[in-house]
Amino acid sequence: MLTVVKVMTVHQDDIEKLAELARVRIPVEEAAEVTARIATILGLVDQLQSVDTAAVEPMANPLDAVQRLRVDAVTEANQREAFQAIAPAVENGLYLVPKVIE
Amino acid sequence: MHDLSVAALALGLRNRDFSSTELTRHCLQRIRALDPHYNSFISVDEVGALDAARQADTRLAAGEKAPLLGIPLAHKDIFCTSGLRTSCGSKMLDNFVPPYDATVTRRLRDAGTVLLGKTNMDEFAMGSSSETSFYGSSRNPWDTSRVPGGSSGGSAAAVAARLAPLATGTDTGGSIRQPAAFCGITGLKPTYGRVSRLGMVAYASSLDQGGPMARSAEDCALLLNAIAGFDPQDSTSSEQPVEDYTAQLAQPLSGLRIGLPREYFGEGLEQATGERIRAALALLEQQGATLVDIALPHTGLSIPTYYIIAPAEASTNLSRYDGVRYGHRCENPRNLHDLYTRSRQEGFGDEVKRRILVGTYALSAGYYDAYYRKAQQVRRLIRQDFLDAFTDVDVIAGPTTPGPAFGLGAKTNDPVAMYLEDVYTLAVNLAGLPAMSVPAGQVNGLPVGLQLIGQHFDESRLLNVAHQLQQASDWHLQSPPEAGL
Repeated sequence: MLTVVKVMTVHQDDIEKLAELARVRIPVEEAAEVTARIATILGLVDQLQSVDTAAVEPMANPLDAVQRLRVDAVTEANQREAFQAIAPAVENGLYLVPKVIE
Repeated sequence: MHDLSVAALALGLRNRDFSSTELTRHCLQRIRALDPHYNSFISVDEVGALDAARQADTRLAAGEKAPLLGIPLAHKDIFCTSGLRTSCGSKMLDNFVPPYDATVTRRLRDAGTVLLGKTNMDEFAMGSSSETSFYGSSRNPWDTSRVPGGSSGGSAAAVAARLAPLATGTDTGGSIRQPAAFCGITGLKPTYGRVSRLGMVAYASSLDQGGPMARSAEDCALLLNAIAGFDPQDSTSSEQPVEDYTAQLAQPLSGLRIGLPREYFGEGLEQATGERIRAALALLEQQGATLVDIALPHTGLSIPTYYIIAPAEASTNLSRYDGVRYGHRCENPRNLHDLYTRSRQEGFGDEVKRRILVGTYALSAGYYDAYYRKAQQVRRLIRQDFLDAFTDVDVIAGPTTPGPAFGLGAKTNDPVAMYLEDVYTLAVNLAGLPAMSVPAGQVNGLPVGLQLIGQHFDESRLLNVAHQLQQASDWHLQSPPEAGL
């Protein structure tokens, strides 16, 4: 029959590491509260562990459709100027970012 | 004019009872006067709307008879509109003016509709109340101390308050149906892949689907006709041929079998809401439909399944916001890492960050099998429940939500309580099915929605059932009191 498996308890340093990986900084004073809320959400989703899915194929698309491929041909016109007109910082057709190599 | 159906407005335009310019001015005037009470719009485009109305009037004068020609509408601020800010309710996209139109936007422009503006929503469509918007909560026209639902809350409020006769919405876990129920309007989430996702800002790509929100099933059918269909630019768009969704509306319901999932009528459903739903079902029964008890045993698991799959896909989709190509960029970044991290910290709100973190967790090495793969397996079981049920019934019906609209702020401090609001709507997205919410009366002056769920690509049947219910009832014709009066 069904067994309940507790996956793990999430700690504040796990959340800080995740935030680092996801590039969303959590201010120090909010870290405890964010951890508590995420722990509640993970508690909710842990219900899944009670279901026996040994023989079930994972489903990525609700119609079980596979990605349609198109002919490998150029179909779009170059619109660099239109796309870069909305960028925060560009120069000579290039996006500007802080220096990467010292 | 603002009380007329879309079909009646179209007839009025063709008969020259009024022009599209007059109709558009009337809507814009109502938005100016009334929307401060509802905050249903993020942007209003008066100049663009009047320009589109003038063009529609020229086409009407030339005798053109396209069904939506000259009809004003509003887009949820998730559909890209070339030259008009598309914020997705987020500070991240507060300055984003798309260089192109979403396919939905383009099709509706080509159909001759008049875009009034862009409606308020939960940030990146992540919410069930419209309270996570960077632009402040939208409010329910039936009681402005309550939420309009979400995430398409602005579209629902604008249609209910008769600021716009039609609006678009998107539904990832109930975001068309739940606000339609809370605001007393009719909304349809089509089959996954029926409406193009190109230019619809992505939240969870295997669940997201755009659809119509209006005051009747007939008006929803007219809007769906204009937006449904294959789009070669969306690789998940369906090649299934499109029907005329108005063609089956008048079909009698005799012989129709309606399944009532016992899981949708059990503990958790508020008693008064349940009574309204049963009264609406009795009306369908009087019209010849048969009500059948069915089971969808994995219903309860749709909440944990959804809250793995949707955040996982969201964390991936939202990695594109990097402060480099468009959207918010922090001041004076110290290095590239600081640019990414601080732009995202400043640009995203709390609920968006929470879902990115949960999604990152579910996809991270060591947890992928326990969470993401597991959720994808349970997702198949949830869909199988529906496929099994549909061997015996034509449509499935139940409540859209456990109760009517809740108060502003009532659930903002408890994300899990907010997630539980979606218990009757999430499974439909996981299974990719079409579903509607249709007005079914009121509880203490607040609307209640009947949900109708159909087989894949059976939108015509849903619209038929909803239309027949609306021929036999006047719930969809009830309007909230005018604000300030």
